Amino acid sequence: MADVAVQHSVPAAYEPSLFGTYSKKIGMWLFLLSDSLTFGALLYAYSYGRISTPNWPTPFHSSSIMNATFMTAFLLTSSLTMVLAVRASVFGHMKAVRGWLLATMACGAAFVVLHGREWSHLISEGLTLPVFPAVPGAETSKEFADVTKTVPQFPATFFGLTAMHMLHVTLGVVYLGVVALRRTFVPILLGLWLVAWLATPAYSPFHYGAHVLLIAAVVVSIILWLKPKVYDSSDIEVAGLYWHFVDLVWMFIFPLVYLMSTRII
Amino acid sequence: MATTAHVHAHAAPQGFIRKYIFSLDHKVIGLQYYFLALTAVFVGMFLSLLMRIHLIWPTAQLPLIGEIKPETYLSLLTMHGTIMVFFVLTTAPQGGFGNYFLPIQIGAPDMAFPVLNMLSFWTTFVAFLVLIAAFFVAGGAPLHGWTGYAPLSALSNSGPGEQLGADLWITSIALFCVASLMGALNFITTTLDLRAKGMTLMRLPLTVWAWFITAILGLLAFGVLLSAGILLLLDRNLGTSFYVPLVVVNGQLMGHKGGSPLLWQHLFWFFGHPEVYIAILPGMGVASQLLSTFSRKPIFGYRAMVYAIVAIGLLGFMVWGHHMFMSGMSPYSAFAFSLMTMSIGVPSAIKTFNWLGTLWGAKIRLHSPMLFAIGFVSLFVSGGLSGPFLAQPVLDIPLHDTYFVVGHFHLIMGVAAIFGIFGATYYWFPKMFGRMMDENLARIHFVITLVGTYAIFMPMHYLGMAGQTRRYSQFTEVAYQTKLLPLQTFMSYAAFITIGAQLIFLFNLFWSMWKGAKASDNPWEATTLEWTTATPPPHDNFGGLTPVVNHGPYEYNVPGVSKDYVMQTDPASAPAH
Repeated sequence: MADVAVQHSVPAAYEPSLFGTYSKKIGMWLFLLSDSLTFGALLYAYSYGRISTPNWPTPFHSSSIMNATFMTAFLLTSSLTMVLAVRASVFGHMKAVRGWLLATMACGAAFVVLHGREWSHLISEGLTLPVFPAVPGAETSKEFADVTKTVPQFPATFFGLTAMHMLHVTLGVVYLGVVALRRTFVPILLGLWLVAWLATPAYSPFHYGAHVLLIAAVVVSIILWLKPKVYDSSDIEVAGLYWHFVDLVWMFIFPLVYLMSTRII
Repeated sequence: MATTAHVHAHAAPQGFIRKYIFSLDHKVIGLQYYFLALTAVFVGMFLSLLMRIHLIWPTAQLPLIGEIKPETYLSLLTMHGTIMVFFVLTTAPQGGFGNYFLPIQIGAPDMAFPVLNMLSFWTTFVAFLVLIAAFFVAGGAPLHGWTGYAPLSALSNSGPGEQLGADLWITSIALFCVASLMGALNFITTTLDLRAKGMTLMRLPLTVWAWFITAILGLLAFGVLLSAGILLLLDRNLGTSFYVPLVVVNGQLMGHKGGSPLLWQHLFWFFGHPEVYIAILPGMGVASQLLSTFSRKPIFGYRAMVYAIVAIGLLGFMVWGHHMFMSGMSPYSAFAFSLMTMSIGVPSAIKTFNWLGTLWGAKIRLHSPMLFAIGFVSLFVSGGLSGPFLAQPVLDIPLHDTYFVVGHFHLIMGVAAIFGIFGATYYWFPKMFGRMMDENLARIHFVITLVGTYAIFMPMHYLGMAGQTRRYSQFTEVAYQTKLLPLQTFMSYAAFITIGAQLIFLFNLFWSMWKGAKASDNPWEATTLEWTTATPPPHDNFGGLTPVVNHGPYEYNVPGVSKDYVMQTDPASAPAH
């Protein structure tokens, strides 16, 4: 019917991006926006449970708070090292980038390990979910066992919120590992999975949780196969956005879950 | 920071698997979504057929299936709703047509993140398989409705389908959330970053605006549903009590306590109400596009249309409480939710009046896409008018658990959106497959579907006002409900005919793919960018080039121009208005 006359220009002539930045960065910001609603829903569920429960328990002793403070310190330090990694990447010092990324991952891993230790401790003391098997030979503290019995919302929200955050930190470490080491990281990840799986006793939730690393290894392998490219400074920056977000979420969870439920105050 | 080039020049793939299965091309992914939705819609329609049969012949022995038990009816209802809302109304207009035409309409070679695009389709596909698997596990499909209200959905001994079937249902929904999140951020980034030179925001076709706002809604809503689903899985499998209060099931005290079923409703409907707009906004975009094109007039009030879409999207997040008037709500909250809900009527009315303004005094070309666009407006108005009734707590409380609500949401969200999908199919089929669909079959399809739709869903309003309860599997045993059976019988027969008519569409679709008349590059004499490129479009949409846009999307019958339309890519010298 109609004759089609198209006026074409040179390739890649686009309107300037609305936010004056590259697509990957916008994509990550959008993901973080969505993820903040995911966490928002969890925090809402926590607040809902807490407000609707009379006599919300405050069982955390100074040992838990000390531990959580160290965890927080590790996470804050990791944000600093992440900033240094981004800064090094701007100057093109890729070797320094890798070093700072590995430091960030080490801090993140330390956070997860400390958190795992805290979980195991609380579970053995009797703060537990119905499905967690009993810890053999544990000295159950009456207080935590009472909390579990009278306010099941307490362990549910505690384990639910912190598990979701721990998952984000773990995936963040994997993410940074892929950015820093790419293919070399896959065998390391598989090694970490084996260690986490075999080194935890069968009654520990981490025995099963370790399989997250196996799933991550599979997904990472697929992504590296689909996009086998060298990462540049923009990828470091985008990874940094994710890492800082995970850090920021902890800044909500730490006071809400720990500080507001502590015995010291 | 300077913007960098955004070209995602992945080469045209070779080999069947990379070209058609794990394709990175947004057009192939769009078709994959479309055919997934097509499969889903026939599954969902078959389930509704079984429901309609059971409602009027509750003890009928069906071949292969046997007699439908009351609990099976609830499973059918659940799966019909879930399949239709997620895998049809969300998948076809956004995943299907949005994927195929959003990049082309803005002059982009592909989506911003092609790999993510592929992953989001395949995640949706797996989610669909997981959902269908629920039919075949012990206990069968869940019976907690598409809204999955706790504690019914949170306890595995609360009903026959609530064992593994319910876990599969939640897993499917969670996977669908992840897939939709990936899709949504891809759509938004593409629209922000990959618009061709001259394609300013106020030159975007209204379809693009609709897909864009829909993607924002999806981005913000699905994350919440994901959390809600995870907590539900924890309740079911780890023994937590987020949604379960102290409850006795079959005389047995459950181990849960302290949770609140209202928490689920809040989280679910915070997602659920935007989801309604996720389903209908793309239909609005398509209707605007088609009404303007076939009226040969600029869309009436383009800017108002854009602002109305944005306003509907924004208000959509503030009204979830109107689904919960029945659940026990402070009258103050109910008042606030009611007021917000009523105010959605304003942008909706703006859209409707602008559609009518577009049609006013036009020399309308009544091709099949246009018929469905007019049908869309008709259904949107008919379904929308019952909205203000339900928005008021005093009226909602007697009407909420009746067929009135079923009629309301099927007209406005279900069939109106389906008409958008049909209109889009008839309109873009020539571009997608290079052939025209048969016009006569399309008209027969349209007439039967429109009349049939009204015949099925209008009586529901009367049934509702007469007090007929929804979700009941049979009315033969209740005296006052039995009197309404003749109307139910009429609706069932209307449904059989309407469902049968969809086979005409199916035949037309596949027959035209191979046997239809060859289509030219711009058979409808439309102005947007997809009609400037070859049919079907080449791998990178514009043959390695990027179009330059000089005009708005709806410049029809511009004074002083010899043709009755100005392509968006026509030279700027043609007068703009």
